[in-house]
Amino acid sequence: MRIQNKFSQLKTNQTKGFIPFITAGDPDLKQTKELILALARIDSTVIELGVPFSDPMADGVVIQKASERALKNNFGIAEIFDLVKDVRKETQVPIILFSYFNPLLQYGLEKLCADAKDAGVDGFLVTDLVPEEAEDFSNLLKKHDLDMIFLIAPTSSDERLKMVAERASGFIYAVSRTGVTGARETTSQSAEILVNRMRQFSDLPIAVGFGISTADQVAETWKYADAAVVGSAIVREIEKFGSDEKLVEKIEDFAGNLLPKN
Amino acid sequence: MNFQPNERGYWGEFGGRFVPETLMSPLEELTSAYFAIRDDSEFQAEFLNLLQDFSGRPTPLFYAKRLSETLGGAKIYLKREDLGHTGSHKINNAIGQVLLAKRMGKKRIIAETGAGQHGVATATVCALFGLECVVYMGTEDMRRQELNVFRMRLLGAEVRGVDSGSKTLKDAINEALRDWVTNVDTTYYLLGSALGPHPYPLMVRDFQSHIGKEARQQILEKEGRLPDLLVACVGGGSNSIGLFHPFLQDENVQMIGVEAGGKSSKLGEHAARFMEGGKVGVLQGTKSYLLQDDRGNISLTHSISAGLDYASIGPEHAYLHDLGRVEYVSANDEEALKAFQTLSQTEGIIPALESSHGIAHAIKIAPEMSPNEIMVVNLSGRGDKDVNQVQEMLA
Ligand SMILES: Cc1ncc(COP(=O)(O)O)c(C=O)c1O
Repeated sequence: MRIQNKFSQLKTNQTKGFIPFITAGDPDLKQTKELILALARIDSTVIELGVPFSDPMADGVVIQKASERALKNNFGIAEIFDLVKDVRKETQVPIILFSYFNPLLQYGLEKLCADAKDAGVDGFLVTDLVPEEAEDFSNLLKKHDLDMIFLIAPTSSDERLKMVAERASGFIYAVSRTGVTGARETTSQSAEILVNRMRQFSDLPIAVGFGISTADQVAETWKYADAAVVGSAIVREIEKFGSDEKLVEKIEDFAGNLLPKN
Repeated sequence: MNFQPNERGYWGEFGGRFVPETLMSPLEELTSAYFAIRDDSEFQAEFLNLLQDFSGRPTPLFYAKRLSETLGGAKIYLKREDLGHTGSHKINNAIGQVLLAKRMGKKRIIAETGAGQHGVATATVCALFGLECVVYMGTEDMRRQELNVFRMRLLGAEVRGVDSGSKTLKDAINEALRDWVTNVDTTYYLLGSALGPHPYPLMVRDFQSHIGKEARQQILEKEGRLPDLLVACVGGGSNSIGLFHPFLQDENVQMIGVEAGGKSSKLGEHAARFMEGGKVGVLQGTKSYLLQDDRGNISLTHSISAGLDYASIGPEHAYLHDLGRVEYVSANDEEALKAFQTLSQTEGIIPALESSHGIAHAIKIAPEMSPNEIMVVNLSGRGDKDVNQVQEMLA
């Protein structure tokens, strides 16, 4: 329930949320731990931790390359759970795993949920798992008191938004435009329309992501959504400074500067 | 026995739609458009007309007399998909889907290709109708199927090389999906095998079923009875399911799908999903058998033939495998290469390296069968595209 608490806290304080994405194991698991702690220090609302996968069909080139770098470190979900367990000694920032379905399936869904809960993971977002296909998994997550975050897209019909509203918990992730992940120069109007459509069906907080890469864009998103997700822009910095000994400091600065000053 | 998928595109536990949310409404739209034309006589007449006049169907069922007699066993018939326009069965599906795309008002067609045969077929039909065509192809496949790259460009298509992963079919599909998810409004994704999210496996199978329907009629005309055995190579599974499907209810007709055995049975050195390393999982929109490691990452694959070099297999095949209705075996690189030469020399037909896998298995088992038994092998394509590669390998 860390996610729910965090969002109600935001509401009380009348502020909005910031959700960074990083790929686990990029550049390596030890630094991922430090990066999570840094992102917690700038008061991230939730941290999305990407599970690297060999075939990231919904990702743009920046996150594809992060996945490739991470996979070279030869680890799996078990090691990611160990990492989260370790992180939990120092922070209660909500953490969700952002994954493709196959690595989760091969881990075994029942065991996955039990181990995730045990490690201190708060929920899952599965890129290629739509509500129709998610029944078993979302029941298991519920049983273990974990959140299932679903994506909605500008192409989603009202019927589909309703279906998501029935299954989702924690928050809902609105994809700002059709396309793969990746930073863009401009934000799109379709996100605002989508968020407003979703509000008819659900009271859950709604985060907007895909393409957000500057503090201005975060501020823009905050006008109509509850949180902004920034992925590729941060991952690109990690790519740039991966072997720099000041990596963690640099990312903390970069992510901190994505928060609008007011 | 029911061989139709359920409403959500499942054959048993296989199939479904495992895609990003953005693609769900487009897939729903595609499904209803497809079901609307499935029983529409006007559409089917237009489709059939193009299959005949543009592609040259029906393709012959040819009795391979010298091959049969040399092997001294079963009577071997070849279903001559190599004689269809563009030289493989891929044209059947390309015509069907382009007609559908036109009905849906789409003006931009994208496709993936492995061996280049599906890319060439798609580029061909797009040229026929004046549609924009973009084909994604792994750079490794571009290298080994250079002739097809040139053919596609000649036909006016744009070929985009894909440099990620193993640089083969799987990676081309990833890139095509990324394009589709970005340009859903304007773009039709013309998937080339019985793979991917519902309704593709069903739709591709239906369009390819003309192979089996014709073969059934032709063998009845020639032999007065159904064959004992059907053999086809299996990449994603479209030529094989096209041949098999119209016979599935005929209990006495046995079927064998031949996967690519590659260099060895070691994971990474073959593309036989029912062999070692093949476990149920989800890839590129569908649940099926996959070559993968313990952590669910997709394994690299290898085959001498680009068209069979893929880590997953169509969901209907996974179902038929578990049901025991179809047997799946593999032929390795060496056997396929040998069959390529054998068929060339005994029948004057140069087969595609993909089809050579089916031929290789026929050569293996025909001698154990009796001369009263009849086997139909799907000759899914012609081998012109492979001649350069084979020349290098034999040098
Ligand atoms: C001639 C030929 N046969 C077979 C295949 C394999 O595909 P499928 O299993 O879908 O028939 C290909 C694919 O490129 C091909 O070109």
